[in-house]
Amino acid sequence: MQHLSIFPILIPLLFGAIMLLPPISRDLNSQRICSIIGTLFLLISSAVLLYQISSDGVQVYALGGWQPPFGIALVADRVSSLLVLLTSFLAFSVMLYAIAGKDKGGAYFHPLFMFQIMGINGAFLTGDIFNLFVFFEILLIASYALLIHAGGKQKTQAAMHYVILNLIGSSLFLFGLGILYGTLGTLNMADMAIKVGQLENGTATLAKTGALLLLVVFGLKAAMLPMHFWLPRTYASASAPVAALFAIMTKVGIYSIFRVYTVIFGEHAGELENIATPWLWPLALLTISIGSIGVLASPSIKTLSANLVIVSSGSLLACAAINTEAATSAALYYMVHSTLASAGLFLLADVIARQRGKAEDRIVRSRPFIQPRLLGFAFAISALALVGMPPLSGFVGKIMILQATQSSVQTMWVWPLILIGSLGALITFSRAGTTLFWRHNGSISTDAEPAKFTEILSIGLLLFASVVLVIFGGYVSEFTQLAADHLHNIQSSAYNLLPGVTQ
Amino acid sequence: MEGMYAFCVGLLTACGVFLALRGRSFSVVVGLTLLSYAVNLFLFASGRLKLDGAAVLGESEQYSDPLPQALVLTAIVIGFAMTAFAVILAMRARADLGNDHVDGAIPPQHNDTSKKSGGSQ
Repeated sequence: MQHLSIFPILIPLLFGAIMLLPPISRDLNSQRICSIIGTLFLLISSAVLLYQISSDGVQVYALGGWQPPFGIALVADRVSSLLVLLTSFLAFSVMLYAIAGKDKGGAYFHPLFMFQIMGINGAFLTGDIFNLFVFFEILLIASYALLIHAGGKQKTQAAMHYVILNLIGSSLFLFGLGILYGTLGTLNMADMAIKVGQLENGTATLAKTGALLLLVVFGLKAAMLPMHFWLPRTYASASAPVAALFAIMTKVGIYSIFRVYTVIFGEHAGELENIATPWLWPLALLTISIGSIGVLASPSIKTLSANLVIVSSGSLLACAAINTEAATSAALYYMVHSTLASAGLFLLADVIARQRGKAEDRIVRSRPFIQPRLLGFAFAISALALVGMPPLSGFVGKIMILQATQSSVQTMWVWPLILIGSLGALITFSRAGTTLFWRHNGSISTDAEPAKFTEILSIGLLLFASVVLVIFGGYVSEFTQLAADHLHNIQSSAYNLLPGVTQ
Repeated sequence: MEGMYAFCVGLLTACGVFLALRGRSFSVVVGLTLLSYAVNLFLFASGRLKLDGAAVLGESEQYSDPLPQALVLTAIVIGFAMTAFAVILAMRARADLGNDHVDGAIPPQHNDTSKKSGGSQ
């Protein structure tokens, strides 16, 4: 079906709009049903899209019938459809968690959630760099409102930083786009990739400025080192389903880095060949180290998972810096794994916090749990996945990243940092696990409530995905390899998307 | 014309960056507004500055690029919405946290000199 590639944007838009209108907007229960149906539809259509892309190849959808490079085109290739499926699966699982009661904290949770998904899917699917900006803004404005969902001082404080930083980021994005449009005369990413090779001297320097401004913006979204300070507080203070959904937001930044610096400013960019690599190397390595230090110092489970998000961002940036097919393939696998695993931990932290009275999710001696076995097993599985121990997907993802290093210098830098980072995570997880589950005193807290069925189902789905990623690891890594080949081959990622242009 | 235009954009950006780095939410919001003005002018200039050039073909001797104008319109709408949101959030933060500092707490003043100079506002 030719319209399939716009469904991941249209479905959340329609469902979000319907939920803003009466009679559904007045009744929380019908909003919940509507959200579940919406995300389920989304999940099915993304899965069909992925299947279709993998059998038929890339789909270019010209919006309004304006042919690229003049109109805006949606490009559904293996990379974007994989990430759209990831978003849809995450949205469905997180929504299952939210309907158990977390959506009561404020108005418009469900419509905002839908608009956020629309923004994320749009950012993955678009083939036009200004359209990427627009979808960034859609996902951001929904995320601003979602972040202060359920209110509270901490959330306002975190939201203030988050909003101001991202507004400045948006201004820089526009400056970068203005420079690139002024030098290249096009905004279609495929067309830019072809034209960037023809730039010379002065114009090339100007385009380089624009491209590096974009790196700052994407780095801000992806929590690259000097711009990561907003992340731990923001993610730790957001309410659980929001934090879990935010797990994919840093990946939008990483995806944009891959898309822009592999396709446009990649190997075929003439004077601007691989301009991001010298910056990405030190920043990626420093991001991993600072994230690992944060992991070791984390006082609570939510902060721990926020710091793990930084570590995974650093590992993905290292893959972007290695800049080969194998590294991109490893990054795609690791991206799927780390999004689902950290989202699972954010949700689990919330369940843990509710059963421990005043101690919440802090790693201190406190009251015992009502459901120690269930939570203990879930925590252990999630820890195994995030630390990167066999047999779960974290292990496979990290092995793929380690194997992707090219020279001995790269190996010397990447291996110790990633392995020591894993050791740090292992230490913190064992400290947290022993304190939470074995060192308790007093009786069960009176206001503790057991986890509801849909909440358990949601966490179970996210953790089970980690197992599925290993069982079908062969298929998944084969798919990511093909996706990476597609991204690195300028013929398939640029020339084939423009009618009538040949190399 | 180009020099004047570039100077104005540069001045707006510099003022915007300076104000965005201040500690009080009001000046930060004003700074963000100035930055968005600067960005709109900058985007407009990315299609080259031309006199007497209509954006429609055949209306004038030379035509100007219509795309930056469309981009500026989009950027204005988005920038306006974002500024409105930032203003509301700043007011909410003032009410929730009891002060208008972007960190949510006024940094401690160690001696009188810094107060007089108004340095760490």
